[in-house]
Amino acid sequence: MNNRPERNTGNNTVLRTRNLGKQVSSPEGPLTILDDVSLEIGAGETVALIGPSGAGKTTLLALLAGLDRPTIGDVQLCGEDLTAMDEDGRARVRGRHVGFVFQSFHLVSSLTALENVMLPLELAGAAGAAARAREALDSVGLERRTTHYPKQLSGGEKQRVAIARAFVTRPSILFADEPTGNLDAASGDRVADLLFNLNEQSDTTLVLVTHDRELAGRCDRIIELEAGRMVS
Amino acid sequence: MTSWSFAVKSLLRDLRAGELSVLLIAIIIAVTAMTAVGFFTDRVGRAIKQQAGSVLAGDLVLRAPAPPDPSFIDEARRLGLDATEAMSFLTMVLPADVDNESNALTQITAVGEGYPLRGELLVAAAMFGESERAAGIPERGTGWAEPGLLGRMNLDVGDRVRIGTVELTIARVLEYQPNQISGGMSAMAPGLLVNLADVPSFGVIRPGSRATYREFFAGPEADIATFRQRLESAAGDGIRVSGLEDAGEQINSAIDRAQRFLTLASLVTVILAAVATAMAARRYALRHLDTIALLKSIGATQSFVQNSTLSQLLLVIIGTASIGSALGFVAQQGLVLLAPATLYIELPPTSWTAGTLGLLTAATITVGFALPHLLMLKDTAPIRVLRHDMPPPKLSSGVTYGIAIGTLLLMIYSIVRDLKLVAYIAVGVGTVALLSYAAGWLLVRSLTRFRGAAGVAWRYGLANISRRGTESIVQIVAFALSLNVLLLLTVVRGDILQAWQATLPEDAPNYFLINVDPEQWPDMRAFFETELGASPEFLPFMRGKIIRIGGTPVDDYVFPGDGGKFFVRQESNFTWQGALPETNRITAGKWWGADYTGALQASLDERVAGRLGIGVGDTLGLNIGGEEFDVPVTSLRTIEWDSLRPNFYLMLSPGEVEDLPQTYVAAVYVPRDRRLVLNQFVRAFPGVTVFDLDVIMSQVRMVIDRASLSVQYVFLFTLLSGVIVLLAAIQATRDERRFESALLHTLGAGRRKILQGIAVEFTALGCLAGTLAAFGATAIGYVMAEQVFELDYTLNPWLWPLGLVLGSVIVGATGTWATRKAVTEPPVAVLREV
Ligand SMILES: Nc1ncnc2c1ncn2[C@@H]1O[C@H](COP(=O)(O)OP(=O)(O)OP(=O)(O)O)[C@@H](O)[C@H]1O
Ligand SMILES: [Mg+2]
Repeated sequence: MNNRPERNTGNNTVLRTRNLGKQVSSPEGPLTILDDVSLEIGAGETVALIGPSGAGKTTLLALLAGLDRPTIGDVQLCGEDLTAMDEDGRARVRGRHVGFVFQSFHLVSSLTALENVMLPLELAGAAGAAARAREALDSVGLERRTTHYPKQLSGGEKQRVAIARAFVTRPSILFADEPTGNLDAASGDRVADLLFNLNEQSDTTLVLVTHDRELAGRCDRIIELEAGRMVS
Repeated sequence: MTSWSFAVKSLLRDLRAGELSVLLIAIIIAVTAMTAVGFFTDRVGRAIKQQAGSVLAGDLVLRAPAPPDPSFIDEARRLGLDATEAMSFLTMVLPADVDNESNALTQITAVGEGYPLRGELLVAAAMFGESERAAGIPERGTGWAEPGLLGRMNLDVGDRVRIGTVELTIARVLEYQPNQISGGMSAMAPGLLVNLADVPSFGVIRPGSRATYREFFAGPEADIATFRQRLESAAGDGIRVSGLEDAGEQINSAIDRAQRFLTLASLVTVILAAVATAMAARRYALRHLDTIALLKSIGATQSFVQNSTLSQLLLVIIGTASIGSALGFVAQQGLVLLAPATLYIELPPTSWTAGTLGLLTAATITVGFALPHLLMLKDTAPIRVLRHDMPPPKLSSGVTYGIAIGTLLLMIYSIVRDLKLVAYIAVGVGTVALLSYAAGWLLVRSLTRFRGAAGVAWRYGLANISRRGTESIVQIVAFALSLNVLLLLTVVRGDILQAWQATLPEDAPNYFLINVDPEQWPDMRAFFETELGASPEFLPFMRGKIIRIGGTPVDDYVFPGDGGKFFVRQESNFTWQGALPETNRITAGKWWGADYTGALQASLDERVAGRLGIGVGDTLGLNIGGEEFDVPVTSLRTIEWDSLRPNFYLMLSPGEVEDLPQTYVAAVYVPRDRRLVLNQFVRAFPGVTVFDLDVIMSQVRMVIDRASLSVQYVFLFTLLSGVIVLLAAIQATRDERRFESALLHTLGAGRRKILQGIAVEFTALGCLAGTLAAFGATAIGYVMAEQVFELDYTLNPWLWPLGLVLGSVIVGATGTWATRKAVTEPPVAVLREV
């Protein structure tokens, strides 16, 4: 858990998709919401997914993280073929390699900030969960808020807790769906800074969906979607 | 981390956050009710058995007209049983004081060391003194006299009386002694208890004197059963053997009804608790979808989620079972305390079998009602973390409700073991639920079109009902169920208990007159009319044997059990009668009717028919006074033994048997202060045996009173579970309401308006639910009284307005009160969550 074996296999690609597509059924018949997406993302890279609303950004992110299955094509995450796996297999891969930051934070309201951060460690059965979680909260500047419940935190603080939670397992790749979407400019910037700092420090690959051109501009690469297709 | 330790942690966290309160309380109430009643009925059941023993003075009694073989007693003692003996006879007792010219024909009971083996003697140091348990039996040379004897002879403790050639000192007043009902009829004469060893010195018993000899045995159930068989095979002519199951059909019948009340109360509690559990579990699951999706997104597998859910449920079961059983045990102590001290028995200690019932209840409710909702959590789509509006995983409602209802029916059946009762409960509750569902649906539909000109609050509140659709319907069903129970418990319970107490009114006949010559009857009736202004009821009384069953001689007949064999071995008492006695109910076949004159028919007690393995349409061969009859059984009956009227297992139609040799048995009410009239009666009609029902009557009354009290007590739990359903139903829409009102707030709606809207919504729901509940309570009350408790139920017209008002007020007030926080909370706090 502490080291990431896959990163040292000599293969520098963390994420690879081929001809990825997703169709859903709608009252008017089948609807293609994602079409023929092939991409490769290297270790430590930062990638922004942009595009107008309804373009399929969230859809793509869900497929990349194995939260959903594609109708066609495949996804390789850290050398493992997500498409060939069942839900539990994908969950294990996520547990080992993936961190998440969501637009709406998704903190568990009955848990304190510290307990929220401990959650992924507890799930993975890691030792010293409390100490590591404290450290993670420290690194997002919330060391004095450990015993607070989510409803006692501001949006920016919540998102920082979420970031601590995402990084505490030292994932190979971190997915963020509009991490600053619910925040004002100042706390949005702070959250973004944190994401990029932690990315640098831990060499974690960062894939984020955003509407914020500026935020996207800070990434190594921008992938633009339109109507379910990659346009750049 | 293992799913187990994760489960423990998150359970503790949920507990701390109050997420589980309603769920846990619901299950705990169910367990408490079940175990309290379980513990209690278990103890009462055993106490009642002992009670039967204390009526007999032993577990097994042999009664003979001549001294029985003394080897029985030795043999019993060798087998480790307790044994003792007694004899009784009538003789004249005179005061030793020559100035006192009174005398009295007295029933002498001479008892051996150890008497009574079961039950006890209550004595007082002086007339009307404080009564206490007697230690031992009268010492030689002394006697304990009943107050009647002392009164009649104008004597008190310390005076001396003469029997035959000897004098005895009256050492105590005998207030109570075991009444050997089943052995025979205790005679009218007042009693004197003496030491058996003194009897030879009296010189009044000679060969051929009329006396009754009894031997008493007590010990473990199995040994007694074996010894009974031994006695019965060895017993000669005129000897009767009776055991606990022959004693006190009357008390058994009363206790039977009491148990039905108690069981029913606890069952309704369990049903309600189950409903509350299901609602609470559903809410819990819905509230946890996001958390589970999150866990899955960070690596939790389905089996992890499932295992941790299962572990949590296991903990819930163990926790609620322990807390509930402990509470049940405490509650049961309270129940015992409530029991009036008039019963001279101690409740035996608690048995732990009732404790396992607690575990079973918790497990059944949790597995049947919480599990299906919680298991759906494992199917939560992880993509929910990105798409909040993903519908919750589908819960196959057929399977869920199938499991729940199946479990419930099984549980009810395993406790009641009475298909009829289970069917009534199932149909009753089902009908109320279905009707409420239909009515709720109608309301929701009709409000969709509601465009009233009424105020905003009204429009908002009523529109909400239709907007919430299914949830409103579910709420109406839940409210109706809980209100239904409230009404049943407050109004109908009182009515039924009253009807029960009315089966044994103060002026119920308290003396049976047995062995009445039909020729004497007119004189006898005239006697009571002039002396008491009362005319006794009477029934013909004949004795005979069942010799054939369905054409097969009883010796060759294969009985379903031993009960039937015992029943036909002894002579049976029959009667013939045109009209069905009001304390009897036909359960199968058809009663012949008051004016019937055709061919001979028989009607049999339902349970006896079961023991004989026959039903309507079979024939019984009877030998009555040497004449043989083959009689078709045309109906089966149940008998209200606790009414204490003369009743017969076997009744014949009038006509053919009217001219056979027979006597009458009559029942008459003699007020306590006129008891001495019976003295004249005995003198005027010496052949008639007078049987005093007072002891047994007070025992039956005691059972009824005590049972009523315990039923009220157990109903408290039912009430609680009704309230919990109410809370669960209100909680079901609480989260939604919080967001709504926060939103409305932000949009500029005033607190009062929002609160009014909520009040209107709940009041409307409560009004409908209350009306439905009144309907349900009337129907269930009627069916319960008539069919289950076999009591006459009178409709209570107050139920309807009460239901409507109670429903609106209770649901309106508690609903608004419980949601009030949602409205007073600053909207930011709500909108900020997540
Ligand atoms: N399960 C589904 N069924 C039907 N349509 C869907 C489903 N999931 C997504 N869509 C549609 O697919 C399209 C892409 O959705 P997606 O959420 O990926 O867009 P997005 O780029 O994330 O938009 P936004 O920036 O608004 O979040 C949308 O038009 C959406 O309505
Ligand atoms: Mg999106």
